[in-house]
Amino acid sequence: MLEHIELFFKSIFIDNMVFATFLGMCSYLAVSKKVTTAVGLGAAVIFVLAVTVPMNWLLDQYLLRDGALAWLGPEYADYNLSFLSFILFIATIATMVQLVEIVVEKFSPSLYNSLGIFLPLIAVNCAILGGSLFMQSRDIQTLGLAFNYGLSSGIGWFLAILAIAAIREKIRYSNVPAPLRGLGITFIITGLMAIGFMSFGEMLTGGDEAAPQEEVVALAPTQEVSGLTADAAQQDLTQNENETVQEDSPATDNQINE
Amino acid sequence: MGILSKKDAALILDPLADNNPITIQVLGICSALAITAELEASIVMAVSVLFVMGMGNVVISLMRNIIPSKIRIIVQLVVVATLVIVVDQVLKAFAYELSKTLSVFVGLIITNCIIMGRFEAFALANGPKRSFLDGIGNAAGYGFILVVIGFFRELLGSGTLLGIKVLGDPIEKTGLYAIGYENNGFMLLSPMALIVVGLIIWVQRSRNPALIEEN
Repeated sequence: MLEHIELFFKSIFIDNMVFATFLGMCSYLAVSKKVTTAVGLGAAVIFVLAVTVPMNWLLDQYLLRDGALAWLGPEYADYNLSFLSFILFIATIATMVQLVEIVVEKFSPSLYNSLGIFLPLIAVNCAILGGSLFMQSRDIQTLGLAFNYGLSSGIGWFLAILAIAAIREKIRYSNVPAPLRGLGITFIITGLMAIGFMSFGEMLTGGDEAAPQEEVVALAPTQEVSGLTADAAQQDLTQNENETVQEDSPATDNQINE
Repeated sequence: MGILSKKDAALILDPLADNNPITIQVLGICSALAITAELEASIVMAVSVLFVMGMGNVVISLMRNIIPSKIRIIVQLVVVATLVIVVDQVLKAFAYELSKTLSVFVGLIITNCIIMGRFEAFALANGPKRSFLDGIGNAAGYGFILVVIGFFRELLGSGTLLGIKVLGDPIEKTGLYAIGYENNGFMLLSPMALIVVGLIIWVQRSRNPALIEEN
């Protein structure tokens, strides 16, 4: 239970798809001019992620990964089909999106009318494929966790597009420098929001090193860490110098007194 | 440009500047930002996209008359996915460390909106030669922005270019560091990629006011 809660909050806030890994940026920028359309697309992304990530987890577990075919019999235990994962994942996603479109159209025309135009867009949304690929590379253990991961990543994406759409509606009345209008200012605002979301990094670990380090390693590794330690080392040095100076001065005083 | 007509040359040159995929068409941003903390990764990503787009545009253009329009998205995805698997396997075989750095972002070339966008907008309606030029041009425009971002992020963030210490040694205090220069570790974090793109857009649109948007 605890790992479910942890994964849920981690995927929404710490590993937020937009702010930490930049997935789904294209539709994030293109469909965020109005809050209502942003909500429609966001809801569709939550739905499709929550369906496709568990499906692809099953594919990965029983078909693709090293030794996954062992259930067919011992002679199949050596196969490793993981190089096929891109093509199978994207095929699953494209068919699922098509299927979802048909089912929703049949059973809930009102939902279809509000989601309809966004569903075909979603097949080529990087956030969906990215969800499945991160599920594979982070080695998520059970089907329940995979569902949880898909759902919560979707919610994180939904929150991000909702926030930027609300800001863009307001910013229309602001006096933005002409060359930055539209796209430019949206990029910079997203950057500032991403800096804000970085502060969630220590939420689950209470300031422990473990979780944030994992993230950093995936993207931009050692330099930053060494930079930090260099800074720390420098501070130590300056402190030491101060201390030695202080220690020295009474001694010299004593000598003079003598 | 002796071999190319003026019209064909425009296919390559336009996306490099006034019709750039990233800063004007707003396509393919997803993978552009996450891997640009180092110049080397940016260059490899740019070359991979160049290969996938050039080849993919030719293949789709050759098949354009036999693809039923209802299932064209799936056909396009399969073509891209096949090409991306080739790139991924080549990277894993010849540059394993780098393929670890790029991690899932090689796979995400599949859903890179530039590729699908150019298939839809160009390759489905034009012959193989023009499609190839269009693919190369757009991928070059994309790669150009990637390399610019990678250059500034690596130079200002860790003081290196392609892993070579161009600004001196930060620990032994040589070169620029001797006069008190410090690396800006912030440039290596992901939000700065967004802000750098914002600044590139600012510069580009200040130079060419025709590109300015109405809010």
